[in-house]
Amino acid sequence: MNQRPAADLSGLPTFGHGPRSPTWWGTLGFMALEGTGFALAAGAYLYLATLWPNWRLSAPEPNHWPGTIVTLLLIVSLVPNHILNGYAKQCAIVPVRIGMVVMSLLGLAPLIVRWFEFLALNIYWDTNAYGSMIWILLGLHTTHLITDVGDTIVLTVLMFTHHGYSGRRFGDVGDNVFYWDFVVLTWIPIYLLIYWVPRLG
Amino acid sequence: MSSADLTSERDLPPERETSAKGDLAPEHDGPRDTGMDDASLHRWLARTWRTPPGIIGALSSVDHKVIARRYLITAFVFLCLGGLNAVAMRIQLSGPQRGLIGPDLYNQLFTMHGVTMMFLFAVPIVQATGIYLVPLMVGTRNIAFPRLNAFSYWVYLSGGAFAWISFLLNMAPDVGWFAYVPLSGPEFGPGKRADVWAQMITYTEVSSLAVAVATIVTVLKQRAPGMSLDKIPLYVWALLVTSFVVLFAMPAVMITSTFLILDRLVGTHIFNPAEGGDALLFQHLFWFFGHPEVYIIFLPATGMVSAIIPVFARRPVFGYLGLVLSLIAVGFLSFGLWVHHMFATGLPKLGASFFTASSMMIAIPNGVQIFCWLASLWDGRPVIRTPLLFVFGFFFIFVIGGLSGVMLASVPLDLQVHDTYFVVAHFHYVLIGGSVFPLLGATYFWFPKITGRMMSERLGRWHFWLAFIGFNAAFFPMHLVGLWGMPRRVYTYPAELGWGNINLLISAGAVLFFLSFVLFAFNLVHGVLRGVPAGDNPWDAGTLEWATSSPPPSYNFTRIPVVTNVEPLWAERGTLPVATGLRVDARELLISTVAEAHPDIREKSATPSIWPLLAAIAVGGTFLYSIFTPWAIVWGAAPIAITLIGWFWPKGDPEDEE
Repeated sequence: MNQRPAADLSGLPTFGHGPRSPTWWGTLGFMALEGTGFALAAGAYLYLATLWPNWRLSAPEPNHWPGTIVTLLLIVSLVPNHILNGYAKQCAIVPVRIGMVVMSLLGLAPLIVRWFEFLALNIYWDTNAYGSMIWILLGLHTTHLITDVGDTIVLTVLMFTHHGYSGRRFGDVGDNVFYWDFVVLTWIPIYLLIYWVPRLG
Repeated sequence: MSSADLTSERDLPPERETSAKGDLAPEHDGPRDTGMDDASLHRWLARTWRTPPGIIGALSSVDHKVIARRYLITAFVFLCLGGLNAVAMRIQLSGPQRGLIGPDLYNQLFTMHGVTMMFLFAVPIVQATGIYLVPLMVGTRNIAFPRLNAFSYWVYLSGGAFAWISFLLNMAPDVGWFAYVPLSGPEFGPGKRADVWAQMITYTEVSSLAVAVATIVTVLKQRAPGMSLDKIPLYVWALLVTSFVVLFAMPAVMITSTFLILDRLVGTHIFNPAEGGDALLFQHLFWFFGHPEVYIIFLPATGMVSAIIPVFARRPVFGYLGLVLSLIAVGFLSFGLWVHHMFATGLPKLGASFFTASSMMIAIPNGVQIFCWLASLWDGRPVIRTPLLFVFGFFFIFVIGGLSGVMLASVPLDLQVHDTYFVVAHFHYVLIGGSVFPLLGATYFWFPKITGRMMSERLGRWHFWLAFIGFNAAFFPMHLVGLWGMPRRVYTYPAELGWGNINLLISAGAVLFFLSFVLFAFNLVHGVLRGVPAGDNPWDAGTLEWATSSPPPSYNFTRIPVVTNVEPLWAERGTLPVATGLRVDARELLISTVAEAHPDIREKSATPSIWPLLAAIAVGGTFLYSIFTPWAIVWGAAPIAITLIGWFWPKGDPEDEE
């Protein structure tokens, strides 16, 4: 077919932050599907909890302290996370490098406490269905925690190489910030389910 | 200064002058297509967008058309394998007490038939059609996240091979395609067969989800300038809605199969009522996926119908808005029906009534679609060619399937015919009528675009009638034998029940239906080798995929089209308005705004890479090993991490850096 020029794209930028970027939408898509997974696992837990009148099935209460510490650490981490996002938008390489190091450390810290969480559940996964479900909920979130911390560390290293100073990388940092928010926010309902719903019964 | 003002590398703060080195090319700009003559433009784009030569090059391809072709061929092979399963079962059932196939093999056959058709044929082939067509129809150069797309293919291929190699080793799943507990649980499902089901499902759905995300982002962010939401082709709308349904439905089956393997492998008790679990939970989780699954298969097919009808009715489709709203309504409602698969489990009456109502309600938007199509044909001047014949076949068969569906939505009838051949008849009418017939029509319709050649029209008509008669002969009598009480999934039946003759008729119909696919395969091969050259737009269709050559070049369009109408090629006969200004020495494509499709960013698309294949091998190996030990997850983590880092680590191409 013959063509006639009708629009000029030459002045457009080569990267954008947030909802302008396709990667942001891809990240949102993965959050949606992983969030569905969380919701269904939580739904399965509640289904079983309402099915059995003696839920917790005579198991001891979980010790909530390691979980509570993880929760506090995660909530606190949101502050530097969003400061980092601001620097990424400004393409400021030095503060972004510092912010990425901080976020790597703030990712590792809850992961260390998480180890003690599993011990504090006071039940094993193969004891009964209650034990199975809380191990699964905690395991599901831990998988996300590990992958995101791994991702953050790799990106931190990348930001210190000569590949770091590019619009695309700053966009990656923004998406990493976005995903960390998701990891923190999904934890809150799971924390309540694991440590506080059993105390209701 | 807002982020929008931080345009390209050239506008970055001066700090980059000191920090930039190595891979950051000193000149962050390259030749543009503005004012370039066609020959040089083709030379530049062909070099930039080509799939590298050689075997490593082929394995590294990220071209959506190359990946889609592989998907289509693989899915067709799985269709043939699943079809052969069916033929084997029909030969066994053609008369009472035949001794060809024993119960153990028969269990594997019907399970493999269902698993193959649902997970390895139907979903992948509709997604593959989308991988090929959606980027062309929205006027872009490649799918979003092309490496993820390549990864998804390798996962799908290896997942399918895993299932079929298991079958060859006599360890195929034998618990039905939905693998209910307790039959598939640790107590009643010894050996590895149910584990194969669980891990194969989780693994292949990774592929489906990846394609869904890539499709959604392609449709929302990569549309040609001017293609606002009300100018998106209906086929693309259908794929968009389907991808959202995949996004929210597929996690349910992954959760189900993961719970199952945990129960089997590490001794959790999720589905074990003796330790506080519940077997019905499995059914709820499975059908929360399983019912939307039907619409994941059906909605793209309605999109195909909406693409074919205007072209052969020679008028734009009637009721565009109604059709879009119907697609969205069906997408939502598909999540509210799952319990109608569980009416025989003794659920509370009120719940059952709710799901009866919602099951009947979904007939409304589907009915709206059918009437819009009929109105388009009524008001047009229909040209009856093979694609349209298959659409007529779809109307006839799908409406019958829909009617038996409304019957089954009523609990008393459902209880009577539950697990009988009536249900088998119903869902084959819905799935084959609702999806396979449109898919066959779509093959005749888009084959010229993919191969550059036409399929034979004469053979196509023979194919249609053979398929139509064979299908109805095979499946209509199943309604009757089901009402007479023949249960599904039995490997034989005694002669005294009097089901012999009708089963012989069913088997004869099945053979006829199978032969229609042999003819179809012949027509495909004949078309590739000897078909009449098609030209760019053999049907004089109106959507953008017909604006480029057949088959399209690696870069799809020499320049990105500008869209002014829902049928752009009918609105702009003669000359196509295009956008200029993209780089030709790097894989640059246009990112536009979500609603209005205003041009927004010149984004780089990923270059070919072998890492998605390596990542798929690492993930696949982990899943395979996990059938034997949970430690597979620990050992598999390192190779997965390494391959993913290799995938994302920049290699210094301009595509990586900006």
